[in-house]
Order: sequence, then C-alpha cells, then structure tokens
Amino acid sequence: MYLVALSATPLRRVLDRWLFRLGSPEAAPIRLHQRRIYVLPTAAGIALAASLLVMLLTSINYSLSLGFGLTFLIGGIGVASIVHAFRNLFGLSVRPLRVAPVFCGDDARFPFAIDNTRMARRPALALRLHGVTTRFDLAAAGTETIELVCPTTQRGLMPAGRTVIETRWPLGLIRAWTVFIPDVAALVFPTPERDAPPLPSTDFGEAVGERPIRDGDDDFAELRAYREGDSPRHIAWKALARGGPMLTKQYAGMAGGHTLLQWRDLPDAMDDETRLSRLTAWVLHAEKAGVTYALALPGKALAAGRGEAHLHACLQALALQGAPAGTRDHAP
Amino acid sequence: MPLDWPQRRRRTPAAEATSRPASLTRDQGLWLIGATAVTLAPHAPWLPGWLAALCGILLGARALLLWQGRRPPPGLILVLLAAAGSVGVRMTYGHFFGKDPGVALLALLLCLKLLEIRSARDVVATILLCFFMQLAVFFEDQSLPVALLALFGTLVAVITLLAQADPAASQRERVRSGAVLFAQGIPFMLVLFVLFPRIQGPLWGLPADASSASSGLSDSMSPGSISELSESAEIAFRAEFIGAPPEPAQRYWRGPVMTTFDGRTWRAARTQETGTPSYTPTGRRFDYRLTLEPHGRRWVLALDFPGLTTTPLRYASTNEALLSRPVERRTRLELSAYPDTPTGLDEPPAALAASLSLPEGYNPQSIALATRLAGGARDHNEILERVIAHLRTSGLIYTLQPPLVGRDSVDAFLFDTRRGFCEHFASAFVVLMRAVGVPARVVAGYQGGELNPIDGNLVVRQSDAHAWAEVWLAGRGWIRVDPTALAAPQRIESGLASALPAGEALPLTMRQNLAWLRDLRHRWEALSNAWNQRILGYNPDRQKELLERLGFGRDDWGALVGVMTGLCVSVLGMLIAWASWQYRKRDPLQRCWASFCGRLARKGYPREPWEGPLAYGKRLSESLPEHAQSLLEIAACYARARYGGTPTSADIRTLNHKISRLRL
Repeated sequence: MYLVALSATPLRRVLDRWLFRLGSPEAAPIRLHQRRIYVLPTAAGIALAASLLVMLLTSINYSLSLGFGLTFLIGGIGVASIVHAFRNLFGLSVRPLRVAPVFCGDDARFPFAIDNTRMARRPALALRLHGVTTRFDLAAAGTETIELVCPTTQRGLMPAGRTVIETRWPLGLIRAWTVFIPDVAALVFPTPERDAPPLPSTDFGEAVGERPIRDGDDDFAELRAYREGDSPRHIAWKALARGGPMLTKQYAGMAGGHTLLQWRDLPDAMDDETRLSRLTAWVLHAEKAGVTYALALPGKALAAGRGEAHLHACLQALALQGAPAGTRDHAP
Repeated sequence: MPLDWPQRRRRTPAAEATSRPASLTRDQGLWLIGATAVTLAPHAPWLPGWLAALCGILLGARALLLWQGRRPPPGLILVLLAAAGSVGVRMTYGHFFGKDPGVALLALLLCLKLLEIRSARDVVATILLCFFMQLAVFFEDQSLPVALLALFGTLVAVITLLAQADPAASQRERVRSGAVLFAQGIPFMLVLFVLFPRIQGPLWGLPADASSASSGLSDSMSPGSISELSESAEIAFRAEFIGAPPEPAQRYWRGPVMTTFDGRTWRAARTQETGTPSYTPTGRRFDYRLTLEPHGRRWVLALDFPGLTTTPLRYASTNEALLSRPVERRTRLELSAYPDTPTGLDEPPAALAASLSLPEGYNPQSIALATRLAGGARDHNEILERVIAHLRTSGLIYTLQPPLVGRDSVDAFLFDTRRGFCEHFASAFVVLMRAVGVPARVVAGYQGGELNPIDGNLVVRQSDAHAWAEVWLAGRGWIRVDPTALAAPQRIESGLASALPAGEALPLTMRQNLAWLRDLRHRWEALSNAWNQRILGYNPDRQKELLERLGFGRDDWGALVGVMTGLCVSVLGMLIAWASWQYRKRDPLQRCWASFCGRLARKGYPREPWEGPLAYGKRLSESLPEHAQSLLEIAACYARARYGGTPTSADIRTLNHKISRLRL
C-alpha cells in the first residue's frame, strides 16, 4: 500500500521515474495539479474494503435488502472520501525557501512556503523529506511556512531531495500524496573540532615571512578576478563602472601579515575529515579573534580576508572540499 | 569523495502512523462512544437481558473514564470480562455457532474494544465493527425506524473517523464534512442498490436460527387456540386488489383444513398435492397481490378459491393452496380468486368417509342433540337447515374470553358455558353434522381484513384469525357454513370489534372511539407497506422485472453491470468536477491580483515566482514608466490588503477599481 515506503530501492527508482515522473529538481513554485496527485487506500482502507465484502456476502446470504443498502452506502462514502483527499491537496502551491547553512551535527531546517488559495481550511497535511515528517493544517486563503528539521550527519551539500506532501483526511482510509524534488539544498559545514589546538602563528608556513609586513591594506598591489566572498570595499568599482569585469583590488598587506590555514601543513597521519574539522575550527577562531586569515585547500585557495562573507566562503570551501565540480554549482 | 546524501535509513510512514498520539482526546472519545451506543441501541431488544445490561455498563464506564481523564483498565480485567461474557453467551444459547450467539459475542467484543483503545488503528477497528453491527440489526428487524437509526449510526461513525483524522477541526466543521461525505455516498448507494446484480441467497446453508420465530395459525385447533391469536394486532398478510375487493362476507382466506378430531383437538389430515386444483374455477374473478409475513408454514392463505396464475402453487385435495417451501421471509404472490366456484363435486368416497369419523365416547349430549334434530329429515339439506336454526336460536354468546371447557368440549360449550369463540362454534357445528352422517370439516384461516384508506391495501391481522366449517352435500359439493355468523353476524360483516358484547376488553388500536389513533396507524402501516414492497421486497425477481422495463433482456447481466459501472463512474466524475469547481472558487483578493499579473504577463512582463508584490510593482514601473504611478499603487494596495491583516471587501473593491482603470 505504501508505494512510497517501499524500501526496495531499484523498484522505488523505477516508480519514481515512470510513475511520478521525478527527475531533476523542479523550479518553484510547484503547483499541485491533477496529474501529480496520487491516491491509494491505506491499511485502514483495505480493512474497510474487506469488511464491506463480508457485509455484502452476509447480505446476499440472508437476503438482507437493507444490508445491501448499508454496504453500498458505506462503500459510496469511502469512494467519496477519495475525492475529498484529492481535493485537500489539489491547487496547493509549494515554494521551497532558502535553507540556512548549518554545521554538521546540527539540524538543517528546510522551510517551505505553502499557499492555500482556497477559501477553506486544509486539514491534516503532512510534509516529509529525508524521513522527517511535519504535520500541519493550512488556514483558509493564506500562506504558511512549514519547516522540516532534518538532522545532519555529513558535511557537504544536502539537497532536499524527494519531498512528499500527503494527507489522510477525511477518513484515514485513503492516502493522497504528491512527490517532487524541490530545487534547494542545505549547505552543511564540517563539524568544528572541539578543543582544537591554537591557531598557527602568523608566520606559520613557507614564503609568507619573507615579505615585509607594512601598512597592509593600503598598499595596492594588483587587480584580480572577483571571487565570491571578497569584501565589497575591495571591489574595483571604477573599473566596473567603465563597463569592465568585476575585479578585486589586491593589496600588498593581504599577502602577508595573516594567518595561513593550510591543508598540507597538517600532520600526514590525519584523515581528510579530521583535517577539515580542524580547519573549520581554526577559521571560526580566527574570525572570532579578528585575525585576517587565508585558507589553502587542495585545488582551492582563498586569499586572506576577514568578515562574514569571507568566513562563509571559507566554510563553504571546507564543506564542499572534494565534492564533484557539478555539486558546487548548487551552492546557495 | 563523491557525496551521496542521504545515507540514513528512512523511517517508514507506517511507523509514523502508529507513533501518533495514542490516547483519545475527549471529543474524539465521545464521538466513538456515541457511534457505539447508536449502533448497539437497536440490538438491545434482541440481546439476552444480562448482556444488554453489561454492554450498557461497559459503555457508561468508558464514558466515565473519558470524562475523568483516567486510563482504561488493565488488559487482564478485559480478558477476564471477555471470558466471563463468552461463558455467559455459551450458557444462554447452548452453543457458539450461528447468528444469535455470534451477534451477542460481537456486541460484547465491541464494548470491550472500546475500553482498550490505544492507537488510531484501534479506532478504525472499532468503527468497522460498528458498521458490521449496524448490518446485524437487520437480521431481526428491517423496519423503517431501524433503517433510519442505522443511517444515523453510519453518519456518527463517519464523523468519528473525521475526528480521528483531523483533531483540530471544530465540531461544526466535522459534522458538516461528515454530512457532505454522507450525502455524496448516497448516489452510489442508490445506483448499486438498484443495479448491483442480486443473487438469491443463501450462498451456504443457513444456521437453524436464520429465520425469526413467527406467530400465526397452527395445523391443529383446540378450544382457545384461535382466541389467543385474536389478542395480536400483528399483520398476517396484506392484499392489494386490482379493482374492487370482494365484499366482507366473501373474504375467507383459507388456511389448514382440519378433518381429524380426537374429542378435543382438530388436526389437518394428510392430503394429496397436485399442480392444478381439483375444481374448475368459474364465476367472478378477483385479481390481487398477496404479501405474506413470514409464518413458517407452507400455507398461502389465499382467498377462496385460487385459480391458476403465473405464481406456481401446489393445491391440496382439501382445496388450500400451498407453496413448495415454508414462508420464512416476506413473500409476494400474484394471485386470483374465484369465490363462486363449486368444489368437491366428485369428492372421492375415502375423503368423505374421513369427514364423518368421530371419536367414541365423547360429547354424548351433542350427539343426542344432533340425532334429535335430524329426526324425520328428508335429506342432508334439511338437517343442515335444522342445525343452523338450532344454533341461531339457542342463545350462544360470542366472546374473546371463552371459559375453559373440560373433556367433552362441545357438550360443555353447547349446554353448559354457552360462551365461545369461533373455534367453539366451528367445532360444535362439525360434530353435530358428523353425528348424523353429514360429511363436515373445520377450516382455519383468516376472515375479513381492514381496508387501509391511505394505500387501498386490505390488511389482515392475526386478530382476524378465524375458524369456519364446510359440509358436503350431494350435488352441491363442499358448502361453506360459518357457525360464528349465526350467533354474531357482525363478526363477518364488520369485524371482531363490533361483534363482541359491550364491555369486553379490546386491544387498544381496535377500539372504535380512538379514530385519530386508527388513522395514525393506517398511515404508518401504509408507509411500512410501501417500504416493505419497494425497498425490502427488492429481490432478484424485482430486479429482473426492472431490467425488462428498461428494455434489456431478463438475464442480461452484462448490460446491468455496464449501466451500473457507467452510472458509478459518472457520479465519481461529478464529484471530481465538484472538487475542481471548489478550487476555482478561491480568494477574491487572490483572484484580483492573479488577473492583474495575467494581464501584464500577456504584455511581456510576467511576475517571477520569487517576486513579492512590491518588488514586482517596482520592476513594472521601471519597465512601463508611463504607468508607473498606477502600477506602484496597485502593488502597494495589494500588499497592504494581503499582509496588513484581514482584507475587507472595501480593500478588494479598491484594488479591483484601480486594476480596471489601468489602460495599458
């Protein structure tokens, strides 16, 4: 009965593709129209059907005219409840909202704005993804934000994935549901290491100490392509205004006088996740201490910086370290 | 390191369902107790008294626990109660098998189940049991009030399920949703009731107690046996005449014919049965439709004398019509009657001899009286006249409460008590005739009947039970003689009530002065009759007739199923159309805004899904600077109405006005 609950993964995949026409994530808003609402009886519905069969046989055997009537009436009510279950979902529109990034181990909150344009209440709905269910009612003609709180266990990008809205209203005999893949994902940062060792000293690492540390920021050195997380104060606005590309001003001070957090400087015996965990803790410490810091990971380096945007860029790099290139594009 | 979210196992929805709050809220519980009470109430008269009381106590206890918010009793107590109840059922019925003990056990189970509800699944199980118990009432009683109660019970059960699925709804909303569902179920019921292919039951052997006990005539008659029936206003059968019914004096409905007499009790003799009557129907003909209430015997109780009709009947040699099986359920027959037919013209001598025998040594005074009356008579005709004259003039009194008579019952009636009911009169007459060699016999049946002015049906009750006599005269055959009519002619002309002496107690509804009560009863019985004929009497035969009337073959089941499916699908289609229509009937404010967005989308400026009204308005005003002012106003107006509290109809009017004034 629970097609969606089938644990046999290959069968689920085939069903998803052919029956529910699930493929890539869908753009918002997702409107629940006729062709994407499915109905099947629940266990209670099947039990009712079995009882009705017994009642029908009893009516035939004892020639109970009213028995036929009662059986058919209850059967009719059951059939009408299919339409009510369908109607309870029909016409809803779902907009997945932005998911705030979290540290691994914390709960990711997936918010969905659900619009009910009908002038009637929609009772007993449930939203489910990643095995987590939130039950809710929608007031008449209104929009409500429903949050699904999913525990996280792995850093990286956690897409919302297969999402189900279902209802067993009105009689619990019929389950109406719809399946979709919303185009949202939670960015899960690595868990910061607890009791991490103190930040490496400013001149930790090679090459950094060779340059004289002068007045820092004021000494303009060069222009380089804009990277996400660069401080707006350093963007070459004049160049942009002339119609040029978006460039960031590079200052001599940024090359030195900062904490360089490097993947390869950590002990070789350390495994990848522990390294990322340590680096995450350091990035957070550095930000808190007000130190300028740069991050160097295999295949990705972030120039020294500070502030909310820089912190986010570093944490994102740490979260997505080692992920295939394609998944990075989904980063919010 | 490829990412492969999610790694964790999903919790199945089934696990979710059972992990819902287990305990019932007070209103959910009240609905459930209400559904159970409405279901079990009509069972009360049919359950053993102790069980009905136990069920009542258990329901009350559940309601009390719910009210006080206490937990249900531990399982052990329920198991003990169930065991004790089962032993009680076993002791009451002597066995567990069959319909009655089954229903009794289910009633007990339903009450106990109510006490141990822990999950949503238990609620559903209870409701399913309620549905079955609503059906089980129909084993005993399919009358209109019971049917209405069952409908009400179904509605309450549906609301109980609604309360379970949607705990947050208001009671009014639940009742409304329940009523809508119920109303939408009715078209399906009508279609399926009429068109679902009916099969004549039983599919398997019925238990011995399948048909309920029934009252009525028996195939023996002793003093007092018919006067017992006269206390009952229960309906024995109904007759619907096509054309005028025969006059009251012709309304003799023939039951068992009793030939053998042991001095006290008359019994039906063995008779031969044939497929055609032994007489030739002649004279006036009355066509009618007879609806027999179940009486557990084979007698048709046809009006004298039934002719051949479409209904296959068996005819006994004593002229009563029989069915091939006992009447265990309400039966409808198309019959015709020929009251003027002469019968028994060539009666076999053996049958005549049997109609002369009297037991030795009984009723000597009566035999002496008969011999005295017959002295000097030329033929049987004259003897008959003399006996009739004697009975008419001897001052016998017709009464509902005849005194008890002893061994020589006829002697006691004629010479001692002189008070009797029809069986005393008939018995005395036949004994007198036989004593002087005239073949005679007792006929039991019903006489008369009351025309219901509402539907024109002739209603014959148990109180119309009667016994009369037949004598055989050479050349004339069997002649009906009603000795009761000699003492109380009104009995035949206008019924029992008018024939009884003043001051005799009558059943309430038979009293003449309560006209309004009689009128009420006429109406109620006409309604019941329509119900019986149209609804309860809808059986495989009626369905075949309907098929024929609709232009299909009598056995064209394919067409029947096709029409039924077609109609069900169209009802479902209408429901879906209703659901979609309800959807369009949406928020007027939303409709305004949607029409505005639609207009601009057609101009090439669709609203992006992420854009709020203000952002959209701003973008529009930049793209269409000549309308900037009004576009911004509309967006602001909508945003204010939508997000600034409940929108009023004035807000909507303003917005509508602004949108209609916009000339793009």
